[in-house]
Amino acid sequence: MSLHDDNKQGFIEWCKRGEPMIWMNAAAVTVSTLAVIGLLMLLAVRGFGHFWPAAVMQAQYALPGEASVTVLAERVESEAVPIEQLLSAGFKIETDDAFVDRELVKLGNRDVSGADFKWVISRYLNDISYPEDAVVIERREWGNFYGYLQAVKEQGQVVASLDDGRAWEEFQTRVIRANEIHEQIKKIEKKDIGAINYRLEKLRLKSRGLELNTSMAEGRREQIQADLAAERAELDAQYKVMQSELADLYRQWHRDSFTMKTASGQIKDQRISTVVQAYQPNSMNFAQKIGFYFTKFGEFLTDEPREANTEGGIFPAIFGTVIMVLIMSVLVTPFGVVAAVYLREYAKQGVMTRIVRIAVNNLAGVPSIVYGVFGLGFFIYFLGSEMDKAFFPEALPAPTFGTPGLLWASVTLALLTLPVVIVATEEGLARIPRNLREGSLALGATKAETLWRVVLPMASPAMMTGLILAVARAAGEVAPLMLVGVVKLAPSLPVDGNFPYFHLDQKFMHLGFHIYDVGFQSPNVEAARPLVYATALLLVVIIALLNLSAVALRNHLREKYKSLEM
Amino acid sequence: MSQSEVRATASAYRKWRQIKDGIATTTITAGGISVLFAILLIFFYLLYEIMPLFQSASIKADSQFKTTTPAAALYLAMEEQAEVGFRLARDGEAAFFQLSDGALLSASQLPLDGAEILSFALESEESRLFALGLTDGKVLIAKHDYRSSYPNDKRVITPELRFPYGDKAFLLSEGRALEQVAISDSDDALLIIAVSNGNLLGRRWVKEEDFLSEEVTLSEEDVLLPSLDIVPSKVLIGPGQQWLYVLAADGGFRLIDLKEQTITDRGYLFDNGKLSQARFLLGGISLLVASDHGSIGQWFVVRDKERDSGYKLQAVRDFDIPNGGVAAIATEHRRKGFASINSAGQLDLFYTTSHRRLLRKDLDIGQVSMMAISPRADKLLVENVDGGLASFTLHNEHPELSWSALWSKVWYESYPEPDYVWQSSASSNDFEAKYSFAPLAFGTLKAAFYAMLIAAPLAICGAIYTAYFMAPALRKKTKPLIELMEALPTVILGFLAGLWLAPFIEKNLPAVFSLFLLLPVGILLFAWLWSQLPATVRRYIPDGWHPVLLVPIVLAVVIGCVEMSAPLERLFFDGDMRAWLTNDIGVSFDQRNALVVGIAMGFAVIPTIFSIAEDAIFSVPKHLSYGSLALGATPWQSLVGVVMPTASPGIFSALMIGMGRAVGETMIVLMATGNTPIMDANIFEGMRTLAANIAVEIGETEVDSSHYRVLFLAAFVLFMFTFVVNTIAETVRQRLRMRYGNL
Repeated sequence: MSLHDDNKQGFIEWCKRGEPMIWMNAAAVTVSTLAVIGLLMLLAVRGFGHFWPAAVMQAQYALPGEASVTVLAERVESEAVPIEQLLSAGFKIETDDAFVDRELVKLGNRDVSGADFKWVISRYLNDISYPEDAVVIERREWGNFYGYLQAVKEQGQVVASLDDGRAWEEFQTRVIRANEIHEQIKKIEKKDIGAINYRLEKLRLKSRGLELNTSMAEGRREQIQADLAAERAELDAQYKVMQSELADLYRQWHRDSFTMKTASGQIKDQRISTVVQAYQPNSMNFAQKIGFYFTKFGEFLTDEPREANTEGGIFPAIFGTVIMVLIMSVLVTPFGVVAAVYLREYAKQGVMTRIVRIAVNNLAGVPSIVYGVFGLGFFIYFLGSEMDKAFFPEALPAPTFGTPGLLWASVTLALLTLPVVIVATEEGLARIPRNLREGSLALGATKAETLWRVVLPMASPAMMTGLILAVARAAGEVAPLMLVGVVKLAPSLPVDGNFPYFHLDQKFMHLGFHIYDVGFQSPNVEAARPLVYATALLLVVIIALLNLSAVALRNHLREKYKSLEM
Repeated sequence: MSQSEVRATASAYRKWRQIKDGIATTTITAGGISVLFAILLIFFYLLYEIMPLFQSASIKADSQFKTTTPAAALYLAMEEQAEVGFRLARDGEAAFFQLSDGALLSASQLPLDGAEILSFALESEESRLFALGLTDGKVLIAKHDYRSSYPNDKRVITPELRFPYGDKAFLLSEGRALEQVAISDSDDALLIIAVSNGNLLGRRWVKEEDFLSEEVTLSEEDVLLPSLDIVPSKVLIGPGQQWLYVLAADGGFRLIDLKEQTITDRGYLFDNGKLSQARFLLGGISLLVASDHGSIGQWFVVRDKERDSGYKLQAVRDFDIPNGGVAAIATEHRRKGFASINSAGQLDLFYTTSHRRLLRKDLDIGQVSMMAISPRADKLLVENVDGGLASFTLHNEHPELSWSALWSKVWYESYPEPDYVWQSSASSNDFEAKYSFAPLAFGTLKAAFYAMLIAAPLAICGAIYTAYFMAPALRKKTKPLIELMEALPTVILGFLAGLWLAPFIEKNLPAVFSLFLLLPVGILLFAWLWSQLPATVRRYIPDGWHPVLLVPIVLAVVIGCVEMSAPLERLFFDGDMRAWLTNDIGVSFDQRNALVVGIAMGFAVIPTIFSIAEDAIFSVPKHLSYGSLALGATPWQSLVGVVMPTASPGIFSALMIGMGRAVGETMIVLMATGNTPIMDANIFEGMRTLAANIAVEIGETEVDSSHYRVLFLAAFVLFMFTFVVNTIAETVRQRLRMRYGNL
């Protein structure tokens, strides 16, 4: 906006014109935007990088005065540290350099060597090579294993070894077989036995309910009890059958084993049933790596977490978040819209509506933890326990709804996002020109008809905007959920094959809480960190998409009604 | 269809439409109002949960009955359920009776072997163990105990009198009457100290447990005690058998260190009157002392560096009894509260930590001689000199809190001085809960302050530039980007702050400082050089695109600072700035500190402030600044002189709303600080905020306990604070909007 483009100015003149301040203001914009972009990039790099099959390095690591050891590891990161720090940490390094490079390597083999990660000083790494036959094994327990495949055994008998060259293929086919059996086991354990347990629990509650029901005739009660007992016996029999089936599967699952040699030459026998996946990253070409990358990413989205949430996928967390947000949307939309319509169309405009409007607006600024506290106190301990007394007396003292769960989490978040929907809808209603309403009324339509046929359709994009913003807020909110229903590990999904299919009383997992829990409460933060970055990135992407669509909708709406504003 | 039929149909249809309209109106009105009420409910429910905290106690008379023996009571007690009472009479009769009607359950005579009871001492309410000092120099130890059984689903309580150390009295000193006695029983030793003829006699029985049979054997040893220069009229042994309190009738006291066998402190507990009551509060740390006229004093031993002994007995609080003459004090068994009653029957209920009088009531039952409180502090049993007993139901749920306990310094037990402390739970039962909101409120404001320190300049300067100087094309891209930040879940910011930023800052401390210094300098330097470039070059970048020009500069300075960090650290701080800070400057350093929180939370509130402030500045009518420019003012002058004054209320409201958000933010603080409730403004130390405190503690509280309600109070404080702040901001904004309308 500088009006004169004169050439050079003196410094004083330059300052007097306020140029330095303008530049400082400009810098504020730069810093803010760079911070946003930097943050997103940090998440993207660390989050996406997690799934790339890192090369496995083999090297001789010899600290001065110590015996050389062979390491086989993934390189994680490197940094330069002042020599003093290393010296004070007890390293004997003789050098004149001020800084020494060191790097963090992932050694894996936690059950053999004790620690997954190790800082090594780069200059003492010698004979670095990337052997093609280095194998990375992802295991169900104890983290990754790095080594060289020696032999594959079936019931202790060697079926393929290094010498005949078939070891790797044999190993891979057997891993696939073991994983298929594992799928079956999981299906029986979770689905079939889960269903039986669920029905047994229902039967128990039913018979307890009968005991509590004093109005029933004695004969009839005994008859029903006998029916229940028969049903129970049948379920028990089914359970027995499945137990034996399971035992058989487990035996098959544990059939094969394999022999690995670690970098230091140790030989270790392990069952193939412990393997989730095995690969040789150094022998992969680029296309294979990309394929591997996407498979891993798919697994991340669809698998269940393993090892205290530090490995595996995050499917239950995604599912929990989505279900919670859906229920919340179903609750918040009608109430928010009705309240907004009432405020804008029916209530008498005056001081009172102004105050209410300010209050509603301010509620959006009330800390979310306050809603959490309210939800815990009012919904769970008050409403929930009253509901238990009224509808689920047979389950007491174990609470059904008197404990944190999906329903209360959704209701609490619905309350939290109510102001968002009300404000957005009201804005949409206010934007609709008066003459449209008047036109409709003049043609003889009643107020309800005008509302239903003219006003609401035109305001619908605004409602959508409000809902999307509400969903975005709800998906990212963690503090209140910690109080009203989220857990670090839910044994089952809140939706399953057991009647009534939706279990609103169940606790559930949530992406945001998953980040908090894995990042801060997990026993092995270092190993879990990449997973947290990936989870965080996923959450950001979901929320950014929701927000961008809200913005797009809003702009679309504005364009659409611009012509009407006369 | 005839015309009349048509008309009828039309009219019926119209009627139907009208009914529909009516239904719609009612439904929407009812729905709308109920939603608004649901919102109000939050406020009232929080209020409903915290009200009991500030309520007084109440008392209700239950039953009255007579004692079975004429002898005066030495001791009165009740069992857990307050169904059975226990009364020990001076003549040695121990009676259990039904509290509802006074019916005798069992009575027995203590094995006194012909001697008489001279003195009585209770070990503690918890252990129910007591010692009797006899005329023949012996001490008898007994315990009243209760067993509950449930025959036919009905609770039956069977009381019994037990003698854990045998039903034979211990000989303390042959033939010397024990005028006073004190007892302390721990896992290691049983200690009895008695007064005879003004001299102290002490005996300890050290317990040795056989590790196989778990049988305890006692080995007796004498306790050496210093000679006294006062006439003791009451002796008490403190917990851990470290302190012996010897009190004289005139209020003089001697504090004796039992380990060193020396007198640690001496003095007077009150100025005038006669000692009437002295007993320990729960836990045995505090001593409650009453004279026969005047108030009740709370005393405990604190460290005192000025004394050689290192300790002194400190007067801590005074509880005023207007008519004086305390006849009995009963301390609660599970809390630090007590009841006192004067001989005229006037009852006062106090709580020590909160220094609160919860009840004062005239019980009107004649001259009172003895009083007991039930373990759950829900029953009171009072005896008068005529042998009449009266029981009362007490309702005293939440005495722990008062306005002063929340916000002012409180002298907690064993603390050297009054302090602000938040410590809501501990492993022991006799723990004094410390509910001071001061450190939490301080932490909240500290976090908000550092967040605002970072966010306010960035957001407002950014808003000024974006609204007033920026090229429209660039503005269209920048604004949504910064506003997108608002949608970033705070859990992600907290996670990055805790796991990435905190270690990064710790490692690159010099970079952080040099960045704050060099970034403005670098930018100004570049700006100056830019203005010195020939106009032909400058014309390539039109006005309003400054921020884009600055991108490489900012990046270069940041990278340069981080790269230079380690060499700088080596050059000036011997390679470790953190150690330098701690050792040379004396500033302690936590990895997760206020600086990290400030940056992360600043990041979270920048978009809030930016968005509102930008709107405020952008919607200042353009003709105002055009007028100013036309009169020859530079753009900066018109901004400062015309635009900013008009938009300042909007900026103010932006700051308020940003502040409200920073105050209530939970996850960032939870993850990026150590959550220690300290009061220290040091930027390199952490804090605990009200919101984080709720998140940390509410999961482990018992529903409807005082702690639970205190957390609700914290939520209420947060609610009110943000609500008030936001209302002010909103009102200011509405005013501003009206003013723009007028311009």
